[in-house]
Formats: sequence, C-alpha cells, structure tokens
Amino acid sequence: MVTKRIIPCLDVKDGRVVKGVNFKGLSDVSSPVELAKYYSGCGADELVFYDITASAEGRKLFTDILTQTAAQVFIPLTVGGGINTTADFERVLACGADKVSVNSGAIKNPNLIHEAAKLYGSQCVVLSADIKRVGKQWQVFAKGGRENTGMEAISWIKRCTDLGAGEIVVNSIDTDGVKNGFDLPLLSAVCDAVTIPVIASGGAGCIKDFITLFETLPKVDAGLAASIFHFGEVAISDLKTTMQQAGIPARK
Amino acid sequence: MIAIVDYGVGNLFSLKSSFAAIGAEAIVTSDKAKITAADKVILPGVGAFEDAAKKLRESGLDTLLTQLAQKGTPIMGICLGMQLLFDESFEFGTHRGLGLLKGSVKPIADVIPADLKIPHIGWNALTFTKADCPLFTHIQEGDYVYFVHSYYACDCTADTVATAEYGAPLTAAVQKANVFGCQFHPEKSGEVGLNILRGFCEWEGKA
Repeated sequence: MVTKRIIPCLDVKDGRVVKGVNFKGLSDVSSPVELAKYYSGCGADELVFYDITASAEGRKLFTDILTQTAAQVFIPLTVGGGINTTADFERVLACGADKVSVNSGAIKNPNLIHEAAKLYGSQCVVLSADIKRVGKQWQVFAKGGRENTGMEAISWIKRCTDLGAGEIVVNSIDTDGVKNGFDLPLLSAVCDAVTIPVIASGGAGCIKDFITLFETLPKVDAGLAASIFHFGEVAISDLKTTMQQAGIPARK
Repeated sequence: MIAIVDYGVGNLFSLKSSFAAIGAEAIVTSDKAKITAADKVILPGVGAFEDAAKKLRESGLDTLLTQLAQKGTPIMGICLGMQLLFDESFEFGTHRGLGLLKGSVKPIADVIPADLKIPHIGWNALTFTKADCPLFTHIQEGDYVYFVHSYYACDCTADTVATAEYGAPLTAAVQKANVFGCQFHPEKSGEVGLNILRGFCEWEGKA
C-alpha cells in the first residue's frame, strides 16, 4: 500500500531557506542543498522548494540551487513560486524538478494548468492554494496570502482538477504558523470534493498533529511542514516511527 | 559506459545524476553510434505511450534497441520506458510497443478498487516474485520505491520479478534475460533506487 508522505517545504529567497509565521517576518534558516540532503537522509518522502525571490538575480540563484540539489538528492522535488507560464515550467524542470506547483499564476490564468498538463502530464502539475476562512466561506488568496481573490475555495480547486491538476497542496492561512494542528474542516471539505492526492499544509506543531491528520482524514495523502522540521522540533524519523506504531503506512 | 537514450520525452537530469552518484559513467544521447557502443542502455520515458512510441519509431531507435536487445546488450526501461518494452499498450487506443517482452499495458483502473486514487503515486513496497533478479542484489523485499503511473504491464507473469500492492498486485519490475524494466523511478527512490541501479550496472550476465 502507498505510504502517507511527509514533505518538508523549503522557502528559498536569494539562495537561502527562510520561513515566516503567517507569511510575515521571514527569518533565515539554512542552506537549501544541505537541508535537502539532510531531509532525504532522515526519511523525507519528497521535498518542496518555494522560490519567494522577486529579482532576476535571485531567480538565477534559485535554479542553480535546484540543479545542485537535484544532482545530489534522489527523492521527488516539487518547485513552486513565480510560475506563470509554461516557460517557467520548462525552466525548473530542466534543473531537475519533478513537479511544479502553481498558485497565483493559475489564478491569473487558469488555462496554465491545462497547457502544462498537456505538455508535461497531470502528474507534473500541482495546484497550491492559500485558503482562508472569510465569513462563512473559504476563499482563495493570491500573492503569498496577501490578496483575497474573492473566489470560493472548493469550487476553485474543482475547476483546477478539471483543468488537469494532478495534486493539490491545501495551505490554510488560518492555521499556518499557529502550530496547533492542521485545518481539518477545510481538508475534509477538499477531500470530499476531489479524487486527486491532497497534501495538507499549515498548522503542524508536533508529531501528534500528523497522527491526528491521517487518522481523522484517511483520504489525505501527505503532510507538509517547514519550520518544525527546520528547527528540529519534529524529527522526521521519530514522526515516521510514531506513524508506524499508530498503524499509519509510513516509509522508513 | 551507460547510454541513457534521449528521444525527446522528459528530462533526464536526475537519471544521469543518479548514475554519477553510484560512480557509473552515463551519457544522455540520441546518437546511434554511442548507444551501440555502450555497455548498457537505459530507456527512460514519461508522458503518453503513443507519443513516445512514435518518437522512437521516427528516429529509428526502435530498430536499434531491438537489435541491441537481440545482441545481448543489457537494456533497462524505466517507467514509460518499461511499458514501451512490451508488445502493445491500450492507453488511448491500441499502440504497438517494442515487443521485447510479451504482455500488454492497460489502465490500472481495470484492476484496482474504485476508491483508490489514480495515478498510483507515492512510495510503495516491493514484493519479489523472483528474488534472484540482479536488480535486487543490494536491496531487500519490502523496500520502498517511488511510483507515478496510471497504466500497468499485464499478462507478463513469466517475466515479472517484483510487484507492488495497490488494491491489486501491480507489475513493478520485469526481467527477461538481458531486458530489464522498472515501473517505478529508481532515480527518485532514494538509496533503495540507487542500489537498484547499482545492481543493474554490476550485472555481467549473458543473455
């Protein structure tokens, strides 16, 4: 049986890993290549690199780092951030990325998902959605969570899967950085709406949060987190052991 | 020297890097002379069967690969590259493969329960059906490898060396004499994957 995946996410700016709380107040952590090797060695099932650089120089640094990582780390690599065109897909795939995640780029031009799925296959196209509760609705936010698009989240996700997205990263702005557990109501609603793999993101503070996630929502395929891994609050090997003890399929 | 056949499907950077990581010299090439001169050949592939088979045929690489297989050159297909080794595929129509292995490629939806997601994506454990396959020299049954696929090889029991359980035992690896195939991605399967490639590189058996 396929195991539940544990995915550390590395936000990369100007060649360094950073992680903010609720997307603000970024703080420098470590070298992306070294972190990637470390995570691969302790059982991470996949890695996500988010390029949060805005400048052209930063972009070049990012692809250099991606190439160095892909040459040394042999687990699936997903790349996101600043993906607006199929040329952007091409740029990161050529550096060794296996999957590419789209967020604001797909909001601006949903057809990007269709075009990319046609060119590279759905398995290559990951929809990343930043979602926040607004009143009684879940809404999609763009530009790293700064801008409310006004779009209802579940219908947006469904639309993107129809266009050819192969996986969905559900990032809850409400729980991100709070370290009090994943956004189970939101994830449950997404799991009910789609048949593609769902990756939960935002809110993990301890091992128990992952156990609760997979036990409460067996349809969730993976858990993604950043700072709790980077700062050593959760060791991936311990997390995998606890998952196995709880009867959750995990690769060690 | 190992030739990774470049016929315009997918990026081969990780594959090339994974051979470098185990100290094997590998080149990515579409040059028939270089492929012919290689000690071993890798047939990679992602995407659609029809398109890939067409590219192999148009470039004449289909004939070359068939000749090399008959000559005894060790050849390993990876993912779609493995599926191309078979007689035919039913992915969006019926398409002819290289016919180096008996069997066909069909949707996994035909054999798995409806509540399982498609594609079969993620890490799954190998069950050996022929534990003495050279690919398994440095790994153990139950080791995890990384899969991404919606179609699988079937009617190939005689040549199947490993399966992965996903609601049904799906063909994970095959071998017939000097022709090998992995449905999963060894270049994305961590240490286990590198050890599978190592087993292939070290194999000196004859067809």
